[in-house]
Amino acid sequence: MNRSDFLSKKISACGLLVALAMIFSYIETLIPINAGLPGMKLGIANLVVVAALYLFGPPEALLISLVRILLVGFLFGSGMSILYSLAGGLVSFLAMVLLKRTQKFSIVGASLFGGAMHNVGQLLVAAAVVENAKIFYYLPPLLCVGCVTGILVGLLALRILPTGQKIMRNAGTL
Amino acid sequence: MKRNDCILAAAIFLFAGLLSVMFFLSGNEQGNYVTVTVDKKVYGTYPLDETQDIEILTEFGHNNLHVENGTVCMTEADCPDGYCKRQGEISTEKETIVCLPHKLVVEIQGAKPNGGRTEEQTDGQTGEDYDILVK
Ligand SMILES: [Zn+2]
Repeated sequence: MNRSDFLSKKISACGLLVALAMIFSYIETLIPINAGLPGMKLGIANLVVVAALYLFGPPEALLISLVRILLVGFLFGSGMSILYSLAGGLVSFLAMVLLKRTQKFSIVGASLFGGAMHNVGQLLVAAAVVENAKIFYYLPPLLCVGCVTGILVGLLALRILPTGQKIMRNAGTL
Repeated sequence: MKRNDCILAAAIFLFAGLLSVMFFLSGNEQGNYVTVTVDKKVYGTYPLDETQDIEILTEFGHNNLHVENGTVCMTEADCPDGYCKRQGEISTEKETIVCLPHKLVVEIQGAKPNGGRTEEQTDGQTGEDYDILVK
């Protein structure tokens, strides 16, 4: 298989994963688990980013995460909601990459850290937008929620990773 | 799943727990005034001991606050997420209600802040008292 063939297959695989992440984002909006805290989200869409990080690597995972945030933002959100999502997405991505680099944690550890840091990122932007540090009063519940959903997403990712690897290998994208 | 994952999760929960305890111990002073800030500018300050509805109309949208028995809650908002309406009642100085899409923050204050500076407070002895209060 030549290189351009491999690249086009990879691009279509990433496109597929972006579509999957967008569906998860949509499902997320249908489940109102929000107790009124800014930034509190289930983070199911992060499943795709975590899986991509361990299937392919940081560049592909970052690409999928950014494209998903921009597409979902332009379709369903506003300028500000894109900013919050970007902050959360980038901080959580960096957190997961750093943790994966240490090789001391499994995919579950990366996912739960990413989930917690996702909410920290959103809270930071929120505090900057309204210039009020009292917002950090919401930090403890947001950390816990991010951690719990991160663990659930991580356990799911652990289950689907072998299947994902098999599929991607058969499709010639690994 | 590795042992380190569990340690990390435990550390995050412990940190959140400690922060909660810290916030809890940092005092529960009931405030006397409620201040509404929109896009970093004070929109208005209202006494907490009067039962009233505060209508907030800005370029970002519309919100309605209800004040009763020293507590404030967001009763109406036309923001897209509606999170602010679900943040419940606040009554102590460390609590806030935030409506991010409208860049709106509702906070409780013990003493009447800046906007409410009266004439007698701007001169002489009382003025100094005021400064000390602010610091
Ligand atoms: Zn709102």
